[in-house]
Amino acid sequence: MSPPALTRGYEVVIGLETHTQLATVSKIFSGASTAFGASPNTQASAVDLALPGTLPVLNRGAVERAIRLGLAVGGAIAPLSIFARKNYFYPDLPKGYQISQYELPVVQGGTVEFHLAGVPHSVRLTRAHLEEDAGKSVHEGFEDCSGIDLNRAGTPLLEIVSEPDMRSSKEAVEYAKALHALVVWLDICDGNMQEGSFRCDANVSVRRPGAPYGTRREIKNLNSFRHMAQAIDFEVQWQIDQIEDGLQVHQATVLFDADTGETRAMRSKEDAHDYRYFPDPDLPPLVIEPAWIERVRGDMPELPRSMAGRFEREDGLAAADALVMTQSLAFARFYESVKAAGAPAKMAANWLMGEVSRRLNAEERGIESSPVAPETLAALIARIADGTVSNNGAKQVFDELWMFDPSRDAVVPGEVLTSSAPFSTDAATAEVDAVIAAKGLKQLSDSSELERIVDAVLAANPKSVDEYRAGKDKAFNALVGQAMKASKGSANPAQLGELLKKKLA
Amino acid sequence: MALNPNDVSRIALLARLELQPSEQAAMLVQLNGFFDIVERMRAVDTTGVAPLYTPLSAVQDVALRLRDDAVTEVVEREVNQRSAPAVEAGFFLVPRVIE
Amino acid sequence: MSARPSALHECSVTELSTMLAAGDVSSTELTGHLLTRVAAKESLGSFLCGDPELALQHARESDERRTRGQMRGVLDGVPIAHKDIFVTTDFPSTAASKMLAGYRSPFDATVVAKLKAAGTVALGKLNCDEFAMGGSNENSSVRPALNPWDTSRIPGGSSGGSAVAVAARLIPAATGTDTGGSVRQPASLTGVTGIKPTYGRCSRYGMIAFASSLDQAGPIARSAQDCALLLNAMSGFDACDATSAQQPVPDFAAAVRVPREGTSAERPLAGLRIGLPQEFFGAAVATDVARAVRAALAELERLGASLVDVSLPRTELSIPVYYIIAPAEASSNLSRFDGVRYGHRAADYTDLLDMYRKSRSEGFGPEVKRRIMIGTYVLSHGYYDAYYLQAQKLRRMIADDFQAAFAHCDVIAGPVAPTVARKLGSQSDPVAEYLTDIFTLPASLAGLPGMSVPAGFGQAGMPVGLQLIGNYWQEAPLLHTAHAFQQATDFHLRVPQGF
Repeated sequence: MSPPALTRGYEVVIGLETHTQLATVSKIFSGASTAFGASPNTQASAVDLALPGTLPVLNRGAVERAIRLGLAVGGAIAPLSIFARKNYFYPDLPKGYQISQYELPVVQGGTVEFHLAGVPHSVRLTRAHLEEDAGKSVHEGFEDCSGIDLNRAGTPLLEIVSEPDMRSSKEAVEYAKALHALVVWLDICDGNMQEGSFRCDANVSVRRPGAPYGTRREIKNLNSFRHMAQAIDFEVQWQIDQIEDGLQVHQATVLFDADTGETRAMRSKEDAHDYRYFPDPDLPPLVIEPAWIERVRGDMPELPRSMAGRFEREDGLAAADALVMTQSLAFARFYESVKAAGAPAKMAANWLMGEVSRRLNAEERGIESSPVAPETLAALIARIADGTVSNNGAKQVFDELWMFDPSRDAVVPGEVLTSSAPFSTDAATAEVDAVIAAKGLKQLSDSSELERIVDAVLAANPKSVDEYRAGKDKAFNALVGQAMKASKGSANPAQLGELLKKKLA
Repeated sequence: MALNPNDVSRIALLARLELQPSEQAAMLVQLNGFFDIVERMRAVDTTGVAPLYTPLSAVQDVALRLRDDAVTEVVEREVNQRSAPAVEAGFFLVPRVIE
Repeated sequence: MSARPSALHECSVTELSTMLAAGDVSSTELTGHLLTRVAAKESLGSFLCGDPELALQHARESDERRTRGQMRGVLDGVPIAHKDIFVTTDFPSTAASKMLAGYRSPFDATVVAKLKAAGTVALGKLNCDEFAMGGSNENSSVRPALNPWDTSRIPGGSSGGSAVAVAARLIPAATGTDTGGSVRQPASLTGVTGIKPTYGRCSRYGMIAFASSLDQAGPIARSAQDCALLLNAMSGFDACDATSAQQPVPDFAAAVRVPREGTSAERPLAGLRIGLPQEFFGAAVATDVARAVRAALAELERLGASLVDVSLPRTELSIPVYYIIAPAEASSNLSRFDGVRYGHRAADYTDLLDMYRKSRSEGFGPEVKRRIMIGTYVLSHGYYDAYYLQAQKLRRMIADDFQAAFAHCDVIAGPVAPTVARKLGSQSDPVAEYLTDIFTLPASLAGLPGMSVPAGFGQAGMPVGLQLIGNYWQEAPLLHTAHAFQQATDFHLRVPQGF
C-alpha cells in the first residue's frame, strides 16, 4: 500500500459501522409490518411495544439476508451465533434493551473492494451482526415534549462493521458507496437513504504517521454520502485543531449538523456506556446448517466481483472498466443488453463510461431510468462501426436521442433492462438513422463524389501539393482540411486520406 | 470485596432507580450481606465448563426456532395505548429528549 | 380413602368434572357458590380482583355448551383463577405491583387462553409476591395473603394467593408460576398439591417475565390427579415462545390412573427407585419437617418403592447461583417498566432521567429494587465473568449432578422447604430469606420438573410438603407417584379449621 496522504501532517483513520435495514416484510422479532411511513404506532405490535408478557421470535428472512451479505463479502457464516441484550434506557427503546449480537455475530470477517481514482482499495470487515432497530423520537409540534413513534422499532438491521482501514473521507465515501451498491445488488436492502434504510456511523481519529491510533469520536447517523464527506472532513480538522492547541480529544458520540456543516457531541446517553450485555434468555442459539448456506448461495445473483472478472476475461475489458460496468446490478445488466443487441464489448463499455455516465451524473439519475435504451445505444454504435456517422457526429445523435427518445416517459425503472421491448433492434436502428438524417450527420463515403472534391482541391492548391511532394507533411494536413471544408465536414476522414495519398503518389 | 456507597449510587443510576438516603444505606448493607454468600460460589473451579444459558441444553442441542417472514399482526393502536400515561396524536409523550 | 365431600367447594376438579358432565350440578350454580365463598373469605387476601358477572356469564355459556352436547372437555365449566403474573383480557394484570396498577393487557397469556379454550371459568386474579419475587407473599404491593392453617402465618410464595385459594377451598384449582420454587413452596406451606413442569413444557407467552431462563407455569390443586387435568390443558408447544419445546405432551391424567407394569394394587410403586439426596436431609432441615418427610418416604416404601441414596453436591451453591442469574435476568426484564408506554409514571419530574428514576422508584417495591440492583451490578462492566458467567457454569454443573443422580433413581425426593410456614413479618433479613429456597432452587436451575405433595404436618400443626423431582419431560412419573401416595393417605384432603 502506498503511504496515505496526510492532512496537516496527520494521518486520518476511519472505520465505518453501517446499519442496513433488511428488506423483510415483517419485523425481526414480531409479525408486524415494516412498511415505511405509516401513521405513528400503527405498525408497532404488542411485541414491538414490549407489552408485559411478550416474547421475541426470530424472522428467518432476516437471517437469510445476513447470510447473503456474508457470502458476498467472503466472510465466515457462524454455524452458531448468539443474540444478546444491550441494556440502556431510552424512550425509543421499548424493552430497555436492544436485542443484538455481541460475542458471536452471524457474519465474521470479509472484505469490501472498490476503486478510487483507478487505485484498487480493499476494506476489511470485522463482522456483521443482526439486531433490531429502535423507534423514533419526534420533537417538533410538542410542548416541551417529545413524541415517540415505535413503528420502526423491531425493523431488522444488519450492522456491518469495518476495520479502521480508511484514510480519507473520499475512501470512506467510496467504501460506503460500494457497500450500498452491494446490499442493493444482493436485494437485501432497498438502499433508500432518505428513509434511513442505509445509515452509517463513522469512527474518526487522527495520528502522526507511525504513531498508535488516536482517540476516536463516533459520528452518528450519516444518511447521505455528501454529509459523510462533510462531517468527516470537519471532524478531522476539529481534532487536529484540538491537538495543535495542546488539547485532548476525548472519546465521544457526535452528531453532524447539515445546516452548519459542523459536528457536536451528543448530550443524551451520557451514562449509557455500561450496556451490561448478556445472552438473551428468550432466544436460544441461532444455528445455521451448511445446507441452508448452500441454498442461499444457490439463490444469489452473480456477484459483482465474479461478473467483473467475466467482463475482463470474455470482453477483454480493463480491470477498472470492468469495475465500472459492475458498479450496480442495473448498470451491469444495461451493459450486457447493449452487447446482446450486437455492439462490440469495448465500444459499449466506452460509451457507458463516457456519454452515458456523463449524462446520468449531470442529471443525477440511475441508469435504470436512462432514456436511451440499450438497443438504441447498440444501433448507434453499429452506425459508427459501419462509418455512417463519425464519433463526433454520434455524440450529437446521442444527445438528440437522450433528449427526445420517445421511450423517455415509457421507461419503467428496471423494466427496460430485462426486456428489449419496446425496442426491436430494427426499430432502434430506424430511430438512430432518422436522427442521423435529420441532423445531416451522415458521412460522405461516395468515392466518385469524393474524387471530384479532391481533384478540385488539388487544382486549387498547387503550392501545398509542391510542398508535400518536397516532403512537408504539414502540407498534407492542409489539403485534408481543405477537402473536409469543401465536403462541409461530411467526408469520411479515412477514405479522404487514402484518396489524397493515391492522387499525390 | 465489599461495595461502597458510590457503587450503590452508580448502580442505582444505571438501573434508573432513585434511592432515598435511608434506602441507600439499607441497600448497601443487604447487598454486602448477599455478596458474602456469593464469595463461596466464586471460589469454585469451573475451568472448561460451558455456561448453561438455557436449561434444556444440559441434555440436548437447543437451536433457535425461526418464523417465516410474513405479516401476521393486526395492530390496534387504541387498544395498545389504553394504559399509556401520556399520548398525543398517536405518539407516546415523554419529557423533551435532548440529543 | 377420600371421604365423600359434603359441600360443592370441597369437591376436587375430578369430582366436579363428573358431576358437571352428569348434570348433578351446573357450572352456574357451582360458580355462584364459589363466588360467594370468595367474597366471604376476602380477608385471606388471596384474590386481587374478580368479575362475578363475567364469571357467571362464562358459566352460563359452559352450561349451554353442555346442554347442546358441545362440551369442551373435562374442565368445561370448572371455576379456577389465575396468578396475577399471567396477563388477561378479562381482568387487570398487575403482577401485584404498583407499577402495573390497573394495567389492561390487549391479549391473554397462552396458558390462560388454553384454559379458556378448555371451558374453565376464571373467577379473577390471584395475589402473589410483586413480580413473583419472594417466598412469603409479603412482597405483594397490595397486601399479604394469609395462610388458612394459621392466618398469622405466611402462605409462602410467590404463588401464595393461588395456594391460599385452593387450600381454603375457594376454588378447586389455580394457575401459578415457578421460577425458584414459587409453585412448590406455597403448595407445601398450605397443604395443597402443585407441580412445576419441565422448562419449555408450558408457554411463557403472557407471563410477566421475572427470570426468562427459569420461569415456568404450573397448576396448584388439591391432588395430583387434579394437577394432571390442569397440566394437560396448560401444556404444549407455542410458536410465540422461542423457548417453548416441540415435545409431545402425554395424557397426564391417564398416566396418573394407569398402573405401572409389574405392580399390584397393594404395591403400586413396585420397582420405582426414589433417590434421596443426602444434602436434602442435613442440618438445614427443621426436625418437624424432616420427621414428616421421613414418614412420607416410609409410606412410599410400603407402596413398593425402593429408596436409594444419591448426592447433589452443589445444592448449597444453588443459592448464590440462582440469586445471581435470576436478578440479572430480572434487572433486564423489568427495564421495560419505564412509565412511557404503560405502567406507573411519577406525578412530578424535571426531565426524562428524573421521570425514569422517580417512576421506577415509586412503582417498584423494596424486594424488586433489591433484585434489580443485584442484577444490574453483576452484569455491569468488569463483573460479568466473575458473577454471571461463573454462575451459568455452575448451573451446568448442578444440572450434570442431577443426571448423575438419575442414573441411580427414577424420581428424587426430599423436603420442599426447610421449615413450616413462619409468622408474618418475622423475617426482616432478605438474604436469610433467600437461604430458605435451598431445596427448590436446584431443580429450577436445571429446568427439571418438580412437585409438592402434602406429606403430613409439623410444628404448630402446619402442613409439610414432600418434593418430588423428575428427569426432563418426566412429569408423568411424578404425578403417578404422588397419586399413589394420595390414594394411601389423606393429608391432601385435610381442610384447615373454619374452611
